Amino acid sequence: MSHDNAFLAASRLILELDPTLVEIVLLSLRVSLTAVILAATVGLPLGAALAIYNFPGRSGLIVVCNALMGLPPVVAGLAVYLLLSRSGPLGTLGILFTSTAMIIAQMVLILPIIISLTRQVIEDLWAEYREQLRSLGSSTARAIPTLLWDGRFSLLTSILAGFGRASAEVGAVLIVGGNIAGHTRTMTTAIALETARGDLALALGLGILLIALTLVLNAIAYGTGRMAQRAAA
Amino acid sequence: MRAEPTILPLRLRNVSYVVRGKKLLDDVSVLFTEGKRTMILGPNGAGKSLTLRLCHGLIEPTSGEVAWLGPGKDLPRLRHAMVFQRPVMLRRSALANLTHALALQGYGRRQRRERAWEALERFGLQGLADRPARVLSGGEQQRLAMARAWSLRPQVLFLDEPSAALDPGATSAIEEMIQAFHRDGLTIVMTTHNLGQARRLADDVIFLHGGRLLEHTPADEFFTQPRSEAAAAFLRGELLW
Repeated sequence: MSHDNAFLAASRLILELDPTLVEIVLLSLRVSLTAVILAATVGLPLGAALAIYNFPGRSGLIVVCNALMGLPPVVAGLAVYLLLSRSGPLGTLGILFTSTAMIIAQMVLILPIIISLTRQVIEDLWAEYREQLRSLGSSTARAIPTLLWDGRFSLLTSILAGFGRASAEVGAVLIVGGNIAGHTRTMTTAIALETARGDLALALGLGILLIALTLVLNAIAYGTGRMAQRAAA
Repeated sequence: MRAEPTILPLRLRNVSYVVRGKKLLDDVSVLFTEGKRTMILGPNGAGKSLTLRLCHGLIEPTSGEVAWLGPGKDLPRLRHAMVFQRPVMLRRSALANLTHALALQGYGRRQRRERAWEALERFGLQGLADRPARVLSGGEQQRLAMARAWSLRPQVLFLDEPSAALDPGATSAIEEMIQAFHRDGLTIVMTTHNLGQARRLADDVIFLHGGRLLEHTPADEFFTQPRSEAAAAFLRGELLW
């Protein structure tokens, strides 16, 4: 198949909502969205706590979180694989090569991003709010929800960055998911596989959708940034 | 107006505050009593803001004691509030800034809204309720900060140069609010650079210089016959350091 034909075939797959393609997209979204929601639920309060509490080892923890932002996905995949494999500490759960395993792997990838970016945002806010909040009678712990809400626009950007990383990576989900058709085949793993097999139409179709998704995400991020400016962040 | 017992008087006894070996406040003793408007005056670096922060409990003295002595000192809610020179408004609507402060004091949802609206109406700020607080002008933000403090029904209000960054119109609005607080029975402790403002508002004057309390006298007396040479020079407009 020539490349031009591949483009045409890819467009047809998208326009005709090819069932295989739709299934892969929906699975990918489900996995990445779940991973992001879980990572945000844990990461936002942790990042805020890291920003406002002083404790021994804080600097070390900040450096580790920053470093983990660049963790190679295959290494994250390997770590989760070892954890979930039959002889691993969580092997009895039997969730290796399931979408749950992929969610866990993506969480491992996103969590440092959300924690680190949240810490930066909240640290700046805290410097500004600290005295006023204490004056109003807020405890340090009670300040966390206040700060998270007031940093909402910047934090949404960090969550979107996490989602971007989750939906774009191949290595981790490939290792712990196994790229099983109809089960753990995501957009990125499918692209890798179909390209290798020569089915460029499906690979291209998924690639186009993945890029469109990235565009939409960035549009949302830009839009919320503008909203934040209007609210004079 | 108030049924609850007073937390006053507030006593500072031999209070010093030292940072890296430098005595920013040096052995200050003073008693604040109910209903007074006390102006804390003094040149830059005299320790005026520091004194307010110590009174409000934002910082602890290096030595000495800050103590509320009144029968209401153990009331569950914070009974004193502070308005800063540059008020910090949360990134929310004006109304939400008030309800947040009330939430911190443990008021329920309905009471928060009621009290917040009451405070906005009391000072003619209803029109700002839904505006994002941080796009308001400096004067509006400061009035909102005052209304926020008032909504907490404090017995004592500390004000740190509340109008230093404002134009005369906004300053006058702030002074009117301070007078209204006074009529409501609040005790006012305030720092200012503006001698005219101090003359307009003061019952008592505390004069600080170089971290030491040089005078604590009734306003009439302070402005006509200050006891210390430093205060006299300050009133003549001379530079002190």
